Amino acid sequence: MKSSLKLALGLASAIAASTAVSNAAHAEDLTLCWAAWDPANALVELSKDFTKETGIGMKFEFVPWTNYADRFLNELNSHGKLCDLIIGDSQWIGGAAENGHYVKLNDFFDKEKISMDDFVPATVVGYSEWPKNTPNYWALPAMGDVVGWTYRKDWFSKPELQKEFKEKYGWDLGPPATFDQLKQIAEFFQKRQIDGKTVYGASIYTERGSEGITMGAMDVLYSYGFQYENPKKPYEMEGFVNSEKSVKGLEFYKALYDCCTPPGASNSYMGEGVDAFKSGQVAMHMNFAFTWPGLQKDENVGGDKIGYFVNPKGPDGDQFAQLGGQGISVVSYSDKHESALKYIKWFANKDVQAKWWSLGGYSCLNAVVKDPKFPASQPYAQAFLDSMAIVKDFWAEPSYAPLLQASQKRFHDYVVAGQGSAKDALDGLVKDWTQVFQDDGKM
Amino acid sequence: MLNRTAENVARATPEPLARKVRGISDKGLAWLFISPTILLLLAINIFPLFWAIYLSFTNFRANRPNEVVKNLGFANYQRILGDQDIWIAMQTTAHFVFWTILLQTLIGFTLAWLIDRKFRGHAFWTTLILVPMMLSPAVVGNFWRFLYEPQIGLFSYVISFVSGIPPTSIQMLSNVSLAPWSIIIVDTWMWTPYVMLICLAGLRSIPEYIYEAAEVDRASNWRQFWSITLPMALPFIMLAVLFRGIENFKMFDMVNLLTGGGPGSTTEVASITLKRQAFESWRTGYSSAFAIILFVAVFGLANIYVKALNKVKQR
Repeated sequence: MKSSLKLALGLASAIAASTAVSNAAHAEDLTLCWAAWDPANALVELSKDFTKETGIGMKFEFVPWTNYADRFLNELNSHGKLCDLIIGDSQWIGGAAENGHYVKLNDFFDKEKISMDDFVPATVVGYSEWPKNTPNYWALPAMGDVVGWTYRKDWFSKPELQKEFKEKYGWDLGPPATFDQLKQIAEFFQKRQIDGKTVYGASIYTERGSEGITMGAMDVLYSYGFQYENPKKPYEMEGFVNSEKSVKGLEFYKALYDCCTPPGASNSYMGEGVDAFKSGQVAMHMNFAFTWPGLQKDENVGGDKIGYFVNPKGPDGDQFAQLGGQGISVVSYSDKHESALKYIKWFANKDVQAKWWSLGGYSCLNAVVKDPKFPASQPYAQAFLDSMAIVKDFWAEPSYAPLLQASQKRFHDYVVAGQGSAKDALDGLVKDWTQVFQDDGKM
Repeated sequence: MLNRTAENVARATPEPLARKVRGISDKGLAWLFISPTILLLLAINIFPLFWAIYLSFTNFRANRPNEVVKNLGFANYQRILGDQDIWIAMQTTAHFVFWTILLQTLIGFTLAWLIDRKFRGHAFWTTLILVPMMLSPAVVGNFWRFLYEPQIGLFSYVISFVSGIPPTSIQMLSNVSLAPWSIIIVDTWMWTPYVMLICLAGLRSIPEYIYEAAEVDRASNWRQFWSITLPMALPFIMLAVLFRGIENFKMFDMVNLLTGGGPGSTTEVASITLKRQAFESWRTGYSSAFAIILFVAVFGLANIYVKALNKVKQR
């Protein structure tokens, strides 16, 4: 009886002790919030090393892109403690900094000798700085991303198609250097029978709900000469947003949508684009570079069948691409700043960044992307590097949400619904954006 | 019997509690019982309403909690009433409400009238017709999106088979003229059974002897329909219209799932605009004002309608 009592007491103490240890460990767990997509899976894999090194467990809260902004901006606005670390979209940086959602990282970077000069400059401006182009850092560049294009190399290299294309357009069928060439290729493939299947020219962004059509249209507009504001007078948009060149760019985007997209592609964004390309529906596909590793591995369209090219040039030779990607920040409402900062320090490490790239994430560290072996490390590495050199981003103002909603509406009304003209759409956009900045007291 | 039960309850009440309760009047006791419910209603319904009314006069933005909140007077209301996009959304809503109610009432009443006749397997058919109503709107929205898919959708193939138009040309969700109808079709498919149920209740409530008397008077079937069936079922039909009208006025889920308000803003009903202003653009004050306007509109229209319904019932 005595021995069984001892055994019971012993077991109870063991259970109590193990629970206490496990609770202590859980108390140190960090929760990282991000979008639910391929790179997030790579980050889960990568973060196992962090847990191994520090003993700090990692939990993840991933939300699909369509709800990503709604979910996490709600969380930040309500001062929630769900996320200790957040990989927030580049456009959130202004609002997150001004509303105190993110911890300012300057002192931490100085202390840990993390230099922003070690990162690709466009990613530092795009993901970390607020106000832009000032040394005020709110995030560490985490996931470089940019809009680029994939194409069906196997279709492009069919001799009969090459011959027909050359006869029709007078130049060799290959990755387009200009948007005019891109449209010619798209027209050439539209409704063509390839391997007994009807295929279409291109998949482009047309999504209405979140940010899709803005990302797609801007990707074209930049190279046509669109500017957000007068470079000499901030917030002066008249004649810049709705310049003649911008109008031409938007007209081109509509023409591309009308002539060369698959039927029903009126609400297409990243996922739909990937589906269209993977199912062999389209010859070319506009999408963020994060989709490339997955496509490269795809059995049906990957490997030797896929090629990558940088966003083409506009009529005047200008060439820009829409920036994507995000930085990693410490949420100011978290109680675990110390551990969260440890994670950032670990993530900034060169070896970790190299592994990040090898797992399918896009490193922004110069030491990784400027490594001589980098361009040959993946078939898409060069296109990614070239694209990152020409990026532009949407407004990152605290009012980015109403600014984005306005462009979503104006672009979709014109491009997809065919209402009004490109000039009307851009004039309307100037009006909407002016109203937003007036409400903010910036004009 | 009731008195005896009350006496038993009184006897069973512990003396200390009984002493306390004895001093409370019946009215007081009634208030005591309903006060938890009232408090709950105040907390989750009435307070948010008054809070929204307060916010509607301010420039408050939920994503900027640290910003100073300014009183704007009626500026938000003025801006909404002068905003062309808001009026377009209201027109879209009205178009959607009108056509869905018309179709659902016509088809629902016809189905109820047919089901009301006793025929072999009528219970089976009734259950089958009710199935769409039992599904979740999220499920309905998603599978109709697939049905409407121009390249693989069954709907497009059926229409193509009947009309000879290539299925890829039938772009229900992408075409500006077809998109509103694609939502009307789905809503009608899903909610006609609900209207049918209410109409069926109305038809079954008509006493049989009235028809027997009409038979004796040699009234034709047509005459019986116009003079007995329709007038006596009318309050039920009007009730169904009221329920569906209120529901469809605030319709969100189906539109969001099928078209997201697109293409362009062709199917952007008021609730979608409201959601965009409130939770995407974060104009909390502005969207509160819009919500109040919508609330007053629905409340006012429903009141007028209920008065008309009461008049019909009194006839």
